[in-house]
Amino acid sequence: MSLTLRVNPIACVGHGMCAELLPEVIELDRWGYPILTARAVPRPLVDHARRAVRACPTLALLLEQNTGKHR
Amino acid sequence: MALAPRTPTGPRSPAVRPARFRPPGPRVPRLLAGIAGLPPGLEGHELRYGPLPVRGLARGRPGRLIDLAEASGLTGRGGAGYPTGRKMRSVAAGPGNKVVVANGAEGEPASRKDRLLLTRLPHLVLDGIALAAEAVGASEAYLCVHGTQDSLLNTLDGAVLERRAADLDPVRIEVVGLPHRYVSSEQSSIVQFLNGGPAVPTFSPPRPHERGVHGNPTLVHNVETLAHLALIARFGDRWFRRAGLPSAPGTTLVTVSGAVRNPGVYEIELGTSAGQVVMLADGPSEPLQGLLIGGYFGAWLPVSAAWPVPMTHAGLKAAGGALGAGIVIALPASCCPIAETARVVRYLAEETAGQCGPCVFGLPALADALAQLAFSGSLGRGRDRTHGLAEIGALIRLVEGRGACRHPDGATQLVRSVLSAFPADAQRHERQGPCPGVGRPPLLPLPGDEERDWDFR
Repeated sequence: MSLTLRVNPIACVGHGMCAELLPEVIELDRWGYPILTARAVPRPLVDHARRAVRACPTLALLLEQNTGKHR
Repeated sequence: MALAPRTPTGPRSPAVRPARFRPPGPRVPRLLAGIAGLPPGLEGHELRYGPLPVRGLARGRPGRLIDLAEASGLTGRGGAGYPTGRKMRSVAAGPGNKVVVANGAEGEPASRKDRLLLTRLPHLVLDGIALAAEAVGASEAYLCVHGTQDSLLNTLDGAVLERRAADLDPVRIEVVGLPHRYVSSEQSSIVQFLNGGPAVPTFSPPRPHERGVHGNPTLVHNVETLAHLALIARFGDRWFRRAGLPSAPGTTLVTVSGAVRNPGVYEIELGTSAGQVVMLADGPSEPLQGLLIGGYFGAWLPVSAAWPVPMTHAGLKAAGGALGAGIVIALPASCCPIAETARVVRYLAEETAGQCGPCVFGLPALADALAQLAFSGSLGRGRDRTHGLAEIGALIRLVEGRGACRHPDGATQLVRSVLSAFPADAQRHERQGPCPGVGRPPLLPLPGDEERDWDFR
């Protein structure tokens, strides 16, 4: 079981906080929307990932237990 | 382009009393067997197909239709091809009240099959809704079509009233007009609309079968799927499997258009080759270079590669295409596939729900890049990575898989396929500018402004 990141693309309006706080896993496309370079969060980065999730002004970044139930 | 719903059975002279539909009869037509020479309304429908078997099926075991649907191998005819019985079973197993939604909104501009079914055989679809509602234990049922189709809404309201007067259905069926937008017929759009919101896709999970209309497990089926279900309930799963392939049983409706002599809606056995489908429409009306199969969510194939491909989800996937909702458009050699695709991608960009950044910004950028390649080439910019094929490739990668629904992915698949099916055209456009084909009037149909709604409410 691992923690994975997911973006709700409807909620996301491209503030870009996540890419500031978690550049190891998130970069921004040419319009300022996040691209996840890896879905599973490496263990040493989990605290940073939680911080990025909390910082998102539109609550569009999700950190989920990967149970394999949903794609 | 006008695309009149025609069928191979169309011009036959009407019989006074229609022959009762015989289950072991010819393998095709099935759905369209009831279309010619029938007295209108419920009376003609029951003469042809026999009474709705809802009470006999339900007695003691409402789930029997689900068993039949699973055994029949019927898959969704709306485009995704998900096994119908499995979807019904997961809804039936959910908690609380259930809801059935029949999707007849047919967002694909080149598809006419759902409109044909609803106009000419509304009771077959309504039978399917009633049977599915009984099978999953639904207390509500909705039949959704585009709200701009006034005459269709009237036909369906009339049919529903006729059934209500005959006390036929175990559940009240409501006819609903959706905003006429491409993404409004996506299942989560319909669910959100029925919940009082705009008809735009939602972020999932939860999916409609888990939590849909009014928070209840919701079964969303295409109207053609439901019409097949109405026949399976009467004649059984083994009868259904008598047509088609063991791995893809039954028949399906296809809409054939473009450069064919007799465009229209045809019923084929699954596994019929794409070439046979073109020949059903009386063959090409001029030399062809390619087929667009699956509509604007589908893919271009060069004509030689497409001709032998079996019309099944697996067959088309193996050929790099998609069956979608059974749309076949024949592209004449005199047309420019790049220009045709550019116009469609512009339309798809306009049809974004406006929710997800990569779709909102990416599809117009993709439409611009493709239009430039199609109509002005990228002369003198051969090594400039911000133009031409390099830019188109970059945009495809930026957009794909980054929306809440599959709308952006449909557009990128269409663009990918035009570049891989017609690589020489793409190269020629990039190096030498537009080909003579760009001057031909557009082949691929797009809805006129008067047919489109400009909001999602």
